[in-house]
Amino acid sequence: MTPDDKKRVLKEMVMHRRFEERCYQAYMERKIGGFLHLYPGQEACCNGVMEAARPGHDYVITGYRDHVHAIKCGTDPKVVMAELYGKETGCSKGRGGSMHIFDTSHHFMGGYALVGGPFPLAAGMAKAIQMKGGDEIAICFLGDAANNQGVFHETLNMAKLWNLPVLFVCENNLYGIGTALDRSTAVLDQYKRVCAYNIEAAQCDGQDIDVVYQHAKVAVDHVRSGKGPYFLELMTYRYRGHSMSDSRGYRSREEEELWKQRDPINILRDRLISAGQLTEDEFRAIEKATDDYIENEVIAFAESSPEPAVADLEKYVLA
Amino acid sequence: MAEIMYWEAIQRAHDEEMARDPLVICMGEDIGVAGGTYKATKGLYEKYGEKRVMDTPISEGGFTGLGIGASFLGIRPIIEIMSVNFAWLAMDQMFNTAAKVRYMSGGQLTAPCVFRSAGGAAHQLGAQHSARMEKVFMGIAGLRVVTPSNPKQAYGLLKSAIRSDDPVFINEHELMYNMKGEVPDEEYLHPLEGSEVARAGTDVTLFGYNISVHWCLKAADILQQQHGISAEVVDLYALSPLDRDGIRKSVSKTHRAVIAEEDEAPVGVGSEVIAIINEECFFELDAAPVRVHSALVPQPYNHTLEKAAIPDHNDVVKAVLKLFGRA
Ligand SMILES: Cc1ncc(C[n+]2csc(CCOP(=O)(O)OP(=O)(O)O)c2C)c(N)n1
Ligand SMILES: [Mg+2]
Repeated sequence: MTPDDKKRVLKEMVMHRRFEERCYQAYMERKIGGFLHLYPGQEACCNGVMEAARPGHDYVITGYRDHVHAIKCGTDPKVVMAELYGKETGCSKGRGGSMHIFDTSHHFMGGYALVGGPFPLAAGMAKAIQMKGGDEIAICFLGDAANNQGVFHETLNMAKLWNLPVLFVCENNLYGIGTALDRSTAVLDQYKRVCAYNIEAAQCDGQDIDVVYQHAKVAVDHVRSGKGPYFLELMTYRYRGHSMSDSRGYRSREEEELWKQRDPINILRDRLISAGQLTEDEFRAIEKATDDYIENEVIAFAESSPEPAVADLEKYVLA
Repeated sequence: MAEIMYWEAIQRAHDEEMARDPLVICMGEDIGVAGGTYKATKGLYEKYGEKRVMDTPISEGGFTGLGIGASFLGIRPIIEIMSVNFAWLAMDQMFNTAAKVRYMSGGQLTAPCVFRSAGGAAHQLGAQHSARMEKVFMGIAGLRVVTPSNPKQAYGLLKSAIRSDDPVFINEHELMYNMKGEVPDEEYLHPLEGSEVARAGTDVTLFGYNISVHWCLKAADILQQQHGISAEVVDLYALSPLDRDGIRKSVSKTHRAVIAEEDEAPVGVGSEVIAIINEECFFELDAAPVRVHSALVPQPYNHTLEKAAIPDHNDVVKAVLKLFGRA
């Protein structure tokens, strides 16, 4: 990544953080309903991987913590917010909601609510890419706890057996809802679980975007060059609760503070400032511009958009 | 009699049965240290320890099968599936093993497991978290299906299910865990078969179960007060087997029937009850029975569409008025 790239990514990460925090507020104001899973703390994962990949070209699929992944693929934040507001202008026409952001025009193939469900879907897209001879790859972002679904192992086996161009990114934030990894999982290093299938795998820090980027570059090049699947484990942390009704009783405030000292945005910001590529004032201006944009454009769009018509209740059920 | 919440009733049943029988265990995601998504296992981990209150990995197919295997050797597992939407992943073992093993082993093996799960649509949880699936479970031979409409049933049905030698699926409801109701102070076992007349009436029978019982009760009030129609409400807490006698008795008295369910109509409780009416008491009918049900759509996220997709007591009232030719 060039200094310009890094500055752009910093701006994007600030946007991703502020977007999610604004969602929190909108949920409290009851503008957003249902389940809402937020991404703050994990921004370097999605950004680092997608900087090494080709957003909008490579096919991306993930779970319910999906807003930022879609935006990174190129989805307009406005239509993501409109979706969260349940509006007709939302990327899933208000039918999907937070857990089901879809934007096929940017090859964002969806957020899914069943833990582990996307594993084989990613492999299936890789199969289609392989058959059609394209240079895209399929990228599956999921959490640590998802690896305890049987379908994880079934998918790894098939992906290797058929040499499919799929990259599995495990965002290991140490918890599945309120259950710590060491209480649910026999082998803590997730990348080690993959070796049984002879799949290339690596683990790295998920808070420092330069580290994520370097590892993701190796992974993406491997998959794109036809060498088969790859599994990349990123060690990270979600700051907020799993979803909105989570008081975080299963972890200590000290642990949270420790992780916040390695905040992905601060790490990149401080690095750019020390390198003389950014000033404190510039950074504050970025934050201000981001907040203005979110309020004046993103929220305004979601607020002023129309609701779906009740007459259209059965639209999209069948072709 | 104390007034307690639905989740407290379930918690109490767990606690009493675990204290009574050291072979009763419970397992599921976030049920131990966290006390359960709906608090149904609150405090049990502290009391009975991690060997009997097991926080499982997110491996529904795996831990359901493991529980069934343990039941082969006399353990009595209560398996919580956090939401029925995730039960699809466990159905292979529930249906292919638990429900069939007694029969296909010629009675040698049984799987006395309890499967508990939160069903129903809550608020805007979207297509993959709002399924009503009782229709799927109630068509499986070898599996009992019950669905409590109040805390007393939630308590008594779970206790009976734990003691039953058959596998039992208990369909709870996400919106009902905080509902209050009276539960006997002394131990109480609710029968796993039958039905309950929740309100007596003479002009029409409203069949409901779980949450739709409450739509029916509310509708019955409105029908009585505003339209002078006396509705009987029958609570079908047992969905498999359904109470043929109870259905016949009530319809033979009122001669009219409305079935209210949160499920979509095809292949559901409504179609089954109407089939039973046809078989048991067709000539008692004064009018064709009517179903009140959800629209046949994956649950929309948007709240207006969601409301439009799911019925409530007003739809029950409308259905009755139509039945009487008053709409
Ligand atoms: C099949 C299935 N089982 C259970 C759940 C409930 N659930 C939702 S998220 C989650 C934890 C997942 O943790 P992880 O994979 O680590 O992802 P994270 O939320 O930490 O990003 C659970 C148990 C579900 N959605 N789907
Ligand atoms: Mg996790």
